[in-house]
Amino acid sequence: MSNPKSAYSIPTKKGKLDTHIFVVWVDNEAGVLARVVGLFSGRGYNIESLAVAEVDATKNISRITIVTTGTPQVIDQIKLQLKKLVPVHKVADFRREDKKVIFKEMALLKVVGKKKKIEKCLKACKSFNPVILDKTKQSVVIQITALRREIDKMSKKLKPLGLTSTSRTGAIAMTRGSEIFK
Amino acid sequence: MSKLLTGAEIVFKCLEDQDVEYIFGYPGGAVLPIYDELKNHQTIKHILVRHEQGAGHAAEGYARSSGKPGVVLVTSGPGATNVVTALTDAYMDSVPLVCISGQVPTHLIGTDAFQECDTTGITRPCTKHNWLVKDVKDLAKTIHEAFRVATTGRPGPVLIDIPKDIQFAKSNYLKPKKQKIYNGKSHNKFLSSEIDELINLISKAKKPVIYSGGGVINSGPKASDSLREFVRLIGFPITSTLQGLGAFPGEDNQFIGMLGMHGTYEANNAMHDCDLLINIGARFDDRITGKIDEFSPKSKKIHIDIDPSSINKIIKVDLAIVGDVNEVLKAVIKKINTKQNGLKTSNKQNISKWWEQIQKWRTKDSLGFINSNKTIKPQHAVKRLYELTKNQDTFITTEVGQHQMWAAQHYKFNKPNRWMTSGGLGTMGYGLPAAVGVQIAHPDKLVIDIAGEASVLMTMQEMSTAVQYNLPIKIFVLNNQYMGMVRQWQELLHEKNYSESYSEALPDFVKLAEAYGCKGIKADNPNELDDKIKEMVNHNGPVIFDCQVDPNENCFPMIPSGKPHNQMILGPKDKDENKITGKGKALV
Repeated sequence: MSNPKSAYSIPTKKGKLDTHIFVVWVDNEAGVLARVVGLFSGRGYNIESLAVAEVDATKNISRITIVTTGTPQVIDQIKLQLKKLVPVHKVADFRREDKKVIFKEMALLKVVGKKKKIEKCLKACKSFNPVILDKTKQSVVIQITALRREIDKMSKKLKPLGLTSTSRTGAIAMTRGSEIFK
Repeated sequence: MSKLLTGAEIVFKCLEDQDVEYIFGYPGGAVLPIYDELKNHQTIKHILVRHEQGAGHAAEGYARSSGKPGVVLVTSGPGATNVVTALTDAYMDSVPLVCISGQVPTHLIGTDAFQECDTTGITRPCTKHNWLVKDVKDLAKTIHEAFRVATTGRPGPVLIDIPKDIQFAKSNYLKPKKQKIYNGKSHNKFLSSEIDELINLISKAKKPVIYSGGGVINSGPKASDSLREFVRLIGFPITSTLQGLGAFPGEDNQFIGMLGMHGTYEANNAMHDCDLLINIGARFDDRITGKIDEFSPKSKKIHIDIDPSSINKIIKVDLAIVGDVNEVLKAVIKKINTKQNGLKTSNKQNISKWWEQIQKWRTKDSLGFINSNKTIKPQHAVKRLYELTKNQDTFITTEVGQHQMWAAQHYKFNKPNRWMTSGGLGTMGYGLPAAVGVQIAHPDKLVIDIAGEASVLMTMQEMSTAVQYNLPIKIFVLNNQYMGMVRQWQELLHEKNYSESYSEALPDFVKLAEAYGCKGIKADNPNELDDKIKEMVNHNGPVIFDCQVDPNENCFPMIPSGKPHNQMILGPKDKDENKITGKGKALV
């Protein structure tokens, strides 16, 4: 606003942004994803990635994993607001830097090109558990699992080698060790 | 096996088991089976409104004044969309509403059928929760659950969308289950160490202030009793938000008036200078805090609230106690009373200097105004209305704008649940239908809507409802021919460019009243004001009172927001009036 004559309030200084991963256990019912996502968009929170699927068919529970950024205050709010939703059972929140938690994303990469380039691609993917799902003379579909930034890097790297299509999941998370989140 | 009931019968069975006495609604194609069933249930009375928004606000008025959830019944499509404003209003002000909406038959959902809309989609962000019932077997359970969600924790609106075929389909009826903690969402697990810490902070405070809010009202009349006991016990000054008025007696000496944008000089200065701030059931709304960075900079802050997400949302606090206000206060009082050498005496000495300071601020008389014997000043009108109605148990509703603030400033509330106003959403047109709902809940009490002429025209059609049910509501219109608050901001902040804030071609309110079949009274002279107010109060039936007031009056004091509490603009009576200039202008 250049000349905010009657702008009601001015934003105060912004704090440092942290990246957090929220894991939310919800009843798998109609509209539940819309409630969670609507909470984020309605309150101006950011969603970097989202992964959701049913994890317990008998109890009808789905697990939603959301990667988001925000000031500590915002992260706190997100957690408390999520907990207020009726179909939400529990909410866990981890810092991306948390060593006790495993984060993984999966990507499918389609590379089209000559044999040599394809081989180069496979080599580049080596440390990210590559699985070849489909192979023809001119193409290959590779599945890799890695961290978000690693996949970012890989897509950049493979572009000149004939990467034509990328499909990625959102991040999913699990704590290390025998502990489970209550 | 018990008898199978239709969905429509189940709806009424549920309402009966939830002790519902009144439904506010409007029929339509997709709820006809429910309306058809109405005649078989004598204990439930339906109030026919003239617009679904009116049904929602009436239910809010009913709920706020009675403590029971308000029930709304509307049809699909436009019926549901019309009620959205009222649902949002109830959501912002934590009013328990249960809205039942009809929906097109399940096989037509998603086909853009006649009067179809995605009701649960549209109302998802403005309800605590909503349900689309796709199987009649789930209906009873869902309705009972809906009442539970609406009334527990921080109350709020819920919506149940029932397709027409489900209303016809048959199933068994299920009685409501006995109290069980709903999805782990009960919040009353505060610790005794937190109570100890609270008492410790109280005993150390030299400049304390209590800031109470609508949560005290929502916690029930007993919470107001506890608050009074607590405040008298510790002898602290207390201020209140708009929604909290009445929880503590407005005429008590310990009450230092409403705080915030149009709060008193003493309340706002106390908030700014205090060393201990105890927030009881309020939420640090932006009209309260002003500039966040400079909000009460020197104080330790305590926040008592039932909603954990209210804590640290706006203002970081030093001690948070999550729980029902009444339960927390009872625990605190008990502990203070059992403590040896209680802080009763010592603490009051501690804060005697602080009280002297508050008395000094009080002498500013920040609610003062220059009265006139030629034109009716709106503040004077509210004051006279108060003086002439305070001898009886009066319920006040308001619309939104200047008149609302004048009502809050000059009408004194000594009991909870007597003050119904749209605070969070600020919905013009709230007051008239809300008055309908209040009068339904309290048929023998005096119910007055202190209104502005612009607001009241937004839901004027509900006068017809009032006449139909012989509801003797009094619509006291402070008629200044302007959208007063808009005009005030334009005068102070937009170089008096009164863009579209003057209402030309206003109706003749006396004739309008007569057209609806009620009484119209007009007053434009201060000398006749008292007699005419008495005439209004003594008339046994609905009245529209056209009180022609000074159109140029502004509502003071005022904190230009973006300013801290100690930089208020006072009224014209104050000699060193500081006009909003330069920077301040940009920040309101």
